[in-house]
Amino acid sequence: MQYIPNILFIIALVAGIGYFAMNIRKIIRNIKLGQEVDASDNTAQRWSNVVRIALGQSKMVVRPIPGLLHVIVYVGFIIINIEVLEIIIDGIFGTHRVLFSILPAGLYNFLIASFEILAFLVLVGVILFWTRRNIQKLKRFWANEMKGWPKNDGNFILYFEMVLMVLFLTMNAADQSLQSLGAAHYVQAGSFPISQFIAPLFNGLSEGTLIAIERGAWWLHILGILVFLNYLYFSKHLHIILAFPNVYFGKVVPKGKFKNLDSVTNEVKMMMDPNVDPFAAPAEGATEAPAKFGASDAMDLSRIQLLNAYTCTECGRCTDECPANITGKKLSPRKIMMDTRDRLEEIGKNINKNGEFKPDGKQLLDDYITREELWACTTCNACVEACPVSIDPLSIIMDMRQYLVMEQSAAPTELNVAMTNIENNGAPWPYNQMDRLNWKDEN
Amino acid sequence: MAEYMAQGKKPEVLFWVGCAGSFDDRAKKITKAFVKLLNKANIDFAVLGTEESCTGDPAKRAGNEFLFQMQAMTNIEVLNGYEIKKIVTACPHCFNTIKNEYPGLGGNYEIMHHTQFLKSLMEEGRLKVEGGKFKGKRITFHDPCYLGRANGEYEAPRELLKKLEVELVEMKRCKSRGLCCGAGGAQMFKEPEPGNKDINVERTEEALETAPKIIAAACPFCNTMMTDGVKAKHAEDDVQVLDIAEMIANAEDL
Ligand code: HEM
Ligand code: SF4
Ligand code: SF4
Repeated sequence: MQYIPNILFIIALVAGIGYFAMNIRKIIRNIKLGQEVDASDNTAQRWSNVVRIALGQSKMVVRPIPGLLHVIVYVGFIIINIEVLEIIIDGIFGTHRVLFSILPAGLYNFLIASFEILAFLVLVGVILFWTRRNIQKLKRFWANEMKGWPKNDGNFILYFEMVLMVLFLTMNAADQSLQSLGAAHYVQAGSFPISQFIAPLFNGLSEGTLIAIERGAWWLHILGILVFLNYLYFSKHLHIILAFPNVYFGKVVPKGKFKNLDSVTNEVKMMMDPNVDPFAAPAEGATEAPAKFGASDAMDLSRIQLLNAYTCTECGRCTDECPANITGKKLSPRKIMMDTRDRLEEIGKNINKNGEFKPDGKQLLDDYITREELWACTTCNACVEACPVSIDPLSIIMDMRQYLVMEQSAAPTELNVAMTNIENNGAPWPYNQMDRLNWKDEN
Repeated sequence: MAEYMAQGKKPEVLFWVGCAGSFDDRAKKITKAFVKLLNKANIDFAVLGTEESCTGDPAKRAGNEFLFQMQAMTNIEVLNGYEIKKIVTACPHCFNTIKNEYPGLGGNYEIMHHTQFLKSLMEEGRLKVEGGKFKGKRITFHDPCYLGRANGEYEAPRELLKKLEVELVEMKRCKSRGLCCGAGGAQMFKEPEPGNKDINVERTEEALETAPKIIAAACPFCNTMMTDGVKAKHAEDDVQVLDIAEMIANAEDL
């Protein structure tokens, strides 16, 4: 009987981690629906980006207040996870504060004290995050695409963190009281700079009640962490993992450099080469033109673009700096990322159900992202510059424009005129190429 | 350029004029101002003239990769035919396309934006930039997206302005966070989508908040957008929109 808690704990742990692993596999499968890209270049630059942008949070602090709050939550979270390690060992083996028996007492006390202070700072940070969303109502959290689930998701995460931190501190406070009562099993361990202020609330409680509080908080805390872990998959909070790979795969060439389509290059070369017989059968093994130019659905995008979609934190910094959005156009780069993720998830569910993707009569274009949004973009790169996790919404917009123009000839009329002019006169205006040098003799 | 070739000579640098610089009345003034500076600095330069064609930037950014690559390869053929090594242009869009997208198609050149080129001339002592009539004037600078964010060049234009001894006041959104003028991505050639304001008006309002005498630009399209914005705000009597090359040329009444 005495092993029941250990067994329950192991079951919860395996179930929690197992379900999470399953969802991670789904994410990987879905990302692999995208087109392969070669990202083996610039390895040094990529690693340095991970260190600066992800680990070092360099783009977060461009906006000092949320940046600083986030650094606190982020550092706190990572360091407090050392404590979770102890909790897991205790849970499996039925020990209590096992690290105290391994580490020097001074170090252990220092660690526990740091966790407490960090937990307190995280709590404060998260509460401030909450007020920014709900009291201050910052514009970027209240845009059109932030209604319903995205808005709730943003708050749930914060409630989760608040509850976890309070449970952690409650657990320590009860532990402290039990230690001073000299309760069996509760070794004199740890230093509690924060929860010492909670402990007096427990004065006069019996040992039994205190144990119930301590155990209750302990269990809720670790179960809460496991639930939270599994919540990630459904949330923009997935970024706490994906931010790192995403920054690694972020754009490492100048932002103004858009990729050239190789298939088009081959075709253009053929057309321009007078030695090529346009009617000759394509050479054996010659690369076929791709089935499709540009992107109209999530699978047409690259794997990096799909990873981008899962990583997006919905922070809206991109949209906040987007000239089209600022001036009231429908375009919002954040929505581009959210739509891409939603559509990819829909495709994923379709595959779960049918074993393979069964056409559902929908696509990313029109059913999620409208043409009006796509044509409002000035390709100014403000969104790319603003994104703290190196997402490139512009590349998706460009791929979808490419589909519209090259597959559907569906550019706005004025653009068709400009393009015809380029084709015929070598300039987007209806001037004669022979007049190009006229400025020389004018005054 | 054809004339140079005929004489068997090679210019030091090719001036890529661009469509706006060739055809647009406002932008032609920038072209002429820049040419004055090149002449003043005794630069041996050539232009392609009627052999130049659109780089393809608006086509690419409108989504027409095919037309873009046709333009690009035609231009590259001409440039390579003349064995061009070094190019300077006063248009950030041409600059970006030739710098970033031509190499993959066989066009490898050393390309500079005119502000970078003028700065290097100044540093080499080949061109003197002095305040003249701009000395102490309140001026704000609008970063072109395709020079700034797209290619990370924020300093060259500012250093030239510093040499002009102006009082440079930055807008709230500047450098890497500068707001677009609204022309990029082929927007120049179409009506904007429905919204509550035009982007150039938003940007011009921000510029006017700094109470400048001049809004300095470094791109012919930004120039048009800001000029239109200033007119929309009825501020054209108080505020001028000038390219940095024009300012340098005007400073000494070239
Ligand atoms: C690994 C532990 C991490 C934790 C615990 C964490 C926690 C959080 C929390 C609680 C929020 C919500 C803030 C709000 O409500 O506004 C948030 C938002 C965000 N996080 Fe993280 N994060 C982590 C890692 C990262 C990393 C590595 C990055 C990359 C730089 C990052 C970038 C962001 C961004 C961009 C937001 C949107 C917040 C805003 O600008 O307002 N996070 N994170
Ligand atoms: S590149 Fe397009 S989507 Fe991104 S900020 Fe500029 S206009 Fe907005
Ligand atoms: S794309 Fe980047 S900047 Fe935009 S909402 Fe997502 S995480 Fe934030």
